[in-house]
Amino acid sequence: MADLPTWKSINHACLVFEPGSTVEYLTGDWRSMRPERTEEKCVKCGECWMYCPDAAIYIDERGYYAVDYDYCKGCGICAKECPHGAIFMVEECE
Amino acid sequence: MAKRVGIEVSIAVSDAVTLCDVDVVAAYPITPQTHIVEHLSESVANGDLNAEYIKVESEHSAMSCCIGASAAGARTFTSTASQGLALMSEMLYIASGMRLPIVMALATRTLSAPLSIWGDQSDVMSVRDAGWIVIFAENGQEAFDMTVQCFKIAEDERVLLPVMLCLDGFNLSHVIEPIEIMDQEEVSSFLPPYNAKYRLDPHEVLTMGAFAMPDYFSEIKKQQDEALKDSYTVIREVWDDWGKHFGRTYTPLQTYLTDDADIILLIAGAFAGTARIAVDRLRAKGVKAGLASLKLWRPFPRDDIIRELGGAKVLTLIDRALSPGGGGGPIASEVRACLYHQDNRPDIVSYVAGLSGRDVMSEQFEEMIEESLEYSQKGDIPPYEMYGVRE
Repeated sequence: MADLPTWKSINHACLVFEPGSTVEYLTGDWRSMRPERTEEKCVKCGECWMYCPDAAIYIDERGYYAVDYDYCKGCGICAKECPHGAIFMVEECE
Repeated sequence: MAKRVGIEVSIAVSDAVTLCDVDVVAAYPITPQTHIVEHLSESVANGDLNAEYIKVESEHSAMSCCIGASAAGARTFTSTASQGLALMSEMLYIASGMRLPIVMALATRTLSAPLSIWGDQSDVMSVRDAGWIVIFAENGQEAFDMTVQCFKIAEDERVLLPVMLCLDGFNLSHVIEPIEIMDQEEVSSFLPPYNAKYRLDPHEVLTMGAFAMPDYFSEIKKQQDEALKDSYTVIREVWDDWGKHFGRTYTPLQTYLTDDADIILLIAGAFAGTARIAVDRLRAKGVKAGLASLKLWRPFPRDDIIRELGGAKVLTLIDRALSPGGGGGPIASEVRACLYHQDNRPDIVSYVAGLSGRDVMSEQFEEMIEESLEYSQKGDIPPYEMYGVRE
């Protein structure tokens, strides 16, 4: 923590002057369960993309819905909501 | 030119707020504060005050609106009491943590239950650690003057903290007193328009009230604590400046006949005026009594207390609030703690008195001082006493 700002140098009242800076904070670190996808079952319906509360699902170059593990907190909503059972959760240690 | 008029203290506070040309008032009425915001609402409605008056559904919303308005750079005022303060307490911590210079008048009133609308200082003491500057007015003139001063203190770039001005509910809020009301020119010359250093502005983006991880939180809190402690200097400057402008100077601890006093009574708020009569009577009887009226509660004026009270033989400390199951009253606990490291510290007698509008007459203050001397002479001092309670 020695490289972090002191109480004198830290921004007044925790103000943040740089817009969109939360991108730098990778909340994927919080995850204990990881969503995985079975491509054969995915019909590209996009329900996982709609339900994801963290906007951590994106469309890959082949049009499939993929998980952005930098920001996915592993809540499991996508796995629960997927109407085709294409998403399942695995423990991060696996 | 200032005009001396007979006026209800709540109305005088409201007039002071109008003279300060606030931009936003967000408030919810509650006894005994209602007259302040009622009159402000009239001032806005009849065009005397060009402000946004936001009628909200609760005190929680009132403080939330003030936070938003202040964050946008507006000079912001609200007022409440008792249960209203309790309901807004969550937002009080946010206002101070975000360093927003909101000014609030608190017509101090007891907290239920039992249900009571009457005055004491249990509401303000319940938010002692909310990080606000807390000032006590003793009379109507002080309530008027301090309202103007509060904006100047809060908005100083070295401070940027919210300020709570306490005026005893009913004992001050509802009495009519002769008060010198400054004119617009005088107030404007003392209080310049507010130009926020940091504000929410779509052209110059910044984030306020952001989230802090454990590795940042302590540093932010330390910064806030230092700012609150350092506000002492600015408060003194503003009070001295007021004295130069208008001839009335305020100090954190206003003392009366304390220089040679053996025993000093300390109290915050309107009851100090009554206690002063008791001191005069005791002096006439040959008792070397003195009085200290506490004007500044946060930041706690530790050095003033040590300097002004530390030399007495006995202190009689009066709280209009009880810390149930604790050491009596909050003021007594803090004064006692701050004198602990002094050599020859005074004997301290703590009374909880004047709860929920129960009057304390000058004879009763006399009795407390005389009883304190007896306790001290016997060397047997109770931890605290609820004065006048029926046994």
